[in-house]
Amino acid sequence: MSAAQALTAKPVATKPARRRGRTAYFLLALPLLYLLVFFVVPLVSLISTSLYDPGGSLETGYAMTGHVQNYFSVLADYRSHILRSFGYAAAATIACIVLGYPLAYAIAFKAGKWKNLMLVAVIAPFFTSFLIRTLSWQMLLGDQAWFADALRFLHVLGPDGHLLATPFAVVTGLTYNFLPFMVLPLYTSLEKVDPTLMEAGSDLYASPFTTFRKVTLPLSMPGLVAGTLLTFIPAAGDYINAELLGNPRTQMIGNVIQNLFEGGSYPEAAALSVTLMAVIVVMVLVYIRRAGTEELL
Amino acid sequence: MTRAGKWLGDHLVLGAGLLVLLYLLTPIFVVVLMSFNDPASRISYSFDGFTLNNWRQPCLPNGLCESVVLSVEIALLATLFATLLGTLMAFAIVRHRFRGRAGVNVMTFLPMASPEIVMGSSLLALFVSSGFAGALGFWTILVAHILFCLSFVVVTVKARLAGLDPRLEQAAMDLYANEAQTFRKVTFPLVFPGILAAALLSFSLSFDDFIITNLNAGQEVTFPMYVWGAAQRGVPPQINVIGTAMFFLALALVVAGELRSRRAARG
Repeated sequence: MSAAQALTAKPVATKPARRRGRTAYFLLALPLLYLLVFFVVPLVSLISTSLYDPGGSLETGYAMTGHVQNYFSVLADYRSHILRSFGYAAAATIACIVLGYPLAYAIAFKAGKWKNLMLVAVIAPFFTSFLIRTLSWQMLLGDQAWFADALRFLHVLGPDGHLLATPFAVVTGLTYNFLPFMVLPLYTSLEKVDPTLMEAGSDLYASPFTTFRKVTLPLSMPGLVAGTLLTFIPAAGDYINAELLGNPRTQMIGNVIQNLFEGGSYPEAAALSVTLMAVIVVMVLVYIRRAGTEELL
Repeated sequence: MTRAGKWLGDHLVLGAGLLVLLYLLTPIFVVVLMSFNDPASRISYSFDGFTLNNWRQPCLPNGLCESVVLSVEIALLATLFATLLGTLMAFAIVRHRFRGRAGVNVMTFLPMASPEIVMGSSLLALFVSSGFAGALGFWTILVAHILFCLSFVVVTVKARLAGLDPRLEQAAMDLYANEAQTFRKVTFPLVFPGILAAALLSFSLSFDDFIITNLNAGQEVTFPMYVWGAAQRGVPPQINVIGTAMFFLALALVVAGELRSRRAARG
C-alpha cells in the first residue's frame, strides 16, 4: 500500500466486533501517558508561563503573580499581527478550496487509469523539504523571474511592482504548502460519492450545476470541513512563509511568538501562544458539534 | 446537454485539475534545476550556469551533512517510538471497548489540531519550567518529534484496521487458529502496510519539521534549521542537491510500493 492509499483508505461497511476487557487499558497506557506528560502538561505549563510576571528573565527566574495583564498587553501590541494571521490563513484556505476542489473532483471522477499517478503527484511536494519548497517560491516570484516579467508585460503589475515580499507572495506560499491537506480529504469524500446519484440528478432534468450543488457538494461536505481545518490551522500558526516570502509588514502571529521566545520574553510569548490556541480550539469545538468526533478521525 | 458540451465539461475539470497539479509540481522542478546551478554570487536568485560540482561535493558547505545525519538519526528514533505507541493506540481504539473513548479520540486529535508554534512553545515552557532549559538538544527534539508523529500514526493505522474485512479473521478462527495465531498470521500481515505507511509518514514529518524543532533544539542544528540559517545568508546550491536526492528517494519508495501492491493484487 502506498502513502497515497494510506491517507485515503476508506473503511468497509461491516465493523468488527469490539471486545470488552482490560486489554484496551494495557494497550492505551503507554501512548496515553506520553500524550499526558508531553502534550497536556506542557499546555498547562504554557498557560502558567503566560501568567508569570514579565519582569523576570530565564536567568533570574520568573515570579508567578497571576499576571493576566500579559494578555491585555499582547492583544494591544500585536492586534494587527493576530488579525493578519487569520486573514492570510482565511485567504489561503479559500484559495485551497478554489484550487483543490477541481483537482480532487478530477482525480475522483475524471482521471480513470491515471488516478494513482495523480494522487502521487498531489503528495509529491512532501517528498522534499517544506523550507526548500518555500525557498524555491522566492525564486519563482523574484523580480528576475519570468512570471513577474509576464505580469509586468500584461500591465497587471506596474513597472516597479514586486511579487516577492508582498502579502500576495505570503498567501501564495501558504496556499501552496497546505494545498495537499485540502485535496486529500476532499478526494476521500468525493470518492465515496456514488456516481449513480449524480446520474439520477441529471435524469431528473437537473442541470450539471444544480446536480453539483444539490448532490455532489453536500456529499463532499465532510472532506471540505476536514480540509478547511487541516489548512487553516497550520496556516494561521505558520511563520516560515511570512518570513521567507513576505516583508516586515506581513509578519504573522507565529513570527511574533518566535521572536519573543528568542528575545527571552517568555510570559508574553506564552500569552500570545495561548491566545492562538484558544481561537483554534473554539473553531474545532464548533466543528465537533457539527460533525461528531468519530467523523474527524 | 449536447455531446460537445459534455466533452467540454469533462475535460474542463480535468484540465483545471492538471493546472493545479502544475502549480504543486513547479517548485520541485526549480529545486531539481537549481541543484545543477553554478551561482554567480552567494545571494543569486537565478540559474547562472550548469555544473555537476554540487552533486560531486554535496558536503562542501560547512555543517550541511552533519545536519542531515542528525535529522536522519532523530527521524529514525522518532519513527520507531511513534509507530510503536501509535499502533498500540490504534488497535485499542478500533478493536476494544473501553470507558472514556471520546476522551481518547480528542486526545489523539488535539495534537494534530494544535498549530506547530503552540505545540513547540508549550514543550519549551515545560522544559524551561522543569529546569531543562540548559539541556535542550537531541533528547528534547526527539521527545517533541515522537509527540507530533504519534497522532498521525494512530490515524493511519486506524484507517487500515477499520478497512479490514472481519470475515478474514473469522475464517481463521473457524479453521481452528487460536487468537495469537490469528493475530500473527492474518491480522498483523493485513495491517502491516498501514503500519509501514505510518512509519514512512512519521519519518518524513520528523525529518521536515522546523517550527517545533527550532524552539526546542538548543545548540543542535537539524537539516531544516540549517536551511533556515542558510536562507538568511544565501542558500548554497548543495541544499537543492539534498532536496532533489530526498525527492527521488521518496518517489522511488512510493513507486516501488505501488508496483508491489499491484503485483500482489494481480496474484
